[in-house]
Amino acid sequence: MLHTNLTHVLSADDHQKLLGENENVMICCGRMGPMCIPVYEVMEELENEYKHVKFADMEFDHPDARLIRSLPQTAGFMGLPFTVYYKNGQPVKATSSIQRMDQITAILDEQFGR
Amino acid sequence: MENHYDVIILGAGAAGLTAGIYTSRAKLKTLILNEGTVGGQMVLTHEIANYPGVENISGYALARIMKKQAQDFGCQIKSNLRISALHLDGVVKRVEVNESTVYTSAIVIIATGGKSRTLGVAGEEKYKGNGISYCATCDGDFFSGREIIVVGGGNSALEEAVSLTKYASKVTIVHQFDHFQAYPIAVEEARNNPKIDFIMESTIDEFIGEESLRRVKIRHIPSATVHEKPIDGVFIFIGYVPNTESLAGIIELNRWKEIIVDESRSTNLPGVFAAGDSIAKKYRQVTTAVADGTIAALSAVSYIHDAAKTRAA
Ligand SMILES: Cc1cc2nc3c(=O)[nH]c(=O)nc-3n(C[C@H](O)[C@H](O)[C@H](O)COP(=O)(O)OP(=O)(O)OC[C@H]3O[C@@H](n4cnc5c(N)ncnc54)[C@H](O)[C@@H]3O)c2cc1C
Repeated sequence: MLHTNLTHVLSADDHQKLLGENENVMICCGRMGPMCIPVYEVMEELENEYKHVKFADMEFDHPDARLIRSLPQTAGFMGLPFTVYYKNGQPVKATSSIQRMDQITAILDEQFGR
Repeated sequence: MENHYDVIILGAGAAGLTAGIYTSRAKLKTLILNEGTVGGQMVLTHEIANYPGVENISGYALARIMKKQAQDFGCQIKSNLRISALHLDGVVKRVEVNESTVYTSAIVIIATGGKSRTLGVAGEEKYKGNGISYCATCDGDFFSGREIIVVGGGNSALEEAVSLTKYASKVTIVHQFDHFQAYPIAVEEARNNPKIDFIMESTIDEFIGEESLRRVKIRHIPSATVHEKPIDGVFIFIGYVPNTESLAGIIELNRWKEIIVDESRSTNLPGVFAAGDSIAKKYRQVTTAVADGTIAALSAVSYIHDAAKTRAA
């Protein structure tokens, strides 16, 4: 389990449930590494501001993380973390590697509104 | 007065968090404003083995402890924001955040640290995470059996090039000079590795690809000739620059854009102190950042007490 204060996706079932129960979801799939930690921290900070978005993390090395690693949107990604934004259960946007607060909020605003 | 503090600290790396621990513990109302992730460069370090008193710890874990220590003494920390304006020359200092909120204070401690230097050439931002990386430990395994370039000639570049040979089929080091700045032992290890090649006196001019990186344009500096090289990935380790761009013209910097301080970590402006990797100094380590943060904070405490005594007299 990743050491963050985010909701943890620990299995394929968790993943399905999270997408089933929430219209707007952002999942950051990574490790506790230098490119991933800043993204988790931004997500933790945005949880209060973007109440209409569910923020979660998932361990990149968990076998069920194939659900994220094998998405067409993450094909060709070669930098951790893989971050995926879902609307009504469907992936609508994905990014690879570290992202700044302004890059993340721009995607959230564009995909899910403010 | 809600937004007025005794001390505002810019930066929540080792230096800023330490300064926050000391000023809060001295009962000064303290706010740390941080543009990035709390912990700064410590978060980039998988393992810190040379911080006395802690045998082995991840930089992230050490940063979390420092953050908690500061908060437990009452220090407020706001991160992932943008400093949009700074007015440091008056008695009351003003710091504007995200072009909206203004915070004021009697003291400012600048602990903005440093960041990895980027090449700043076409395609670099586009292929970050899609072929360009700044972290071998994080992304090395995506390049198993592939051919990569490492850019740089210092210790980090050479050590990471050697470590990347665990994954890559071939590693080419591209370096701008005809010699390396790394320690001889690191150079020797790289030279003795059969998977490593060298392209000297050269630099990358452009990253080219489609969804992911496919080729780079390499320029041989003395002859100015450019050739394209097909490549799967590029790792960039070309050193660090101080985070002082926004301070130019505000406080005194040296020619390397480092903040000039005296032994009490005072800058040229009264009530403004500086600490950590952003100041002019030789050794940049967590221990030295922590020491600078301590000295700047204790100097700030004296400054406030002296100012109060002068007012009372
Ligand atoms: C890969 C790597 C490995 C390392 N390994 C070790 C090691 O093993 N042992 C060791 O002792 N040292 C190590 N170091 C060096 C050590 O991490 C640094 O010397 C130390 O952390 C510097 O601390 P700092 O507080 O001065 O700056 P930083 O850690 O750079 O923190 C500065 C903070 O200020 C923020 N900031 C920047 N600009 C502004 C602004 N205008 N306003 C507000 N905030 C701003 C930044 O986002 C950052 O959070 C390593 C460094 C790296 C990069």
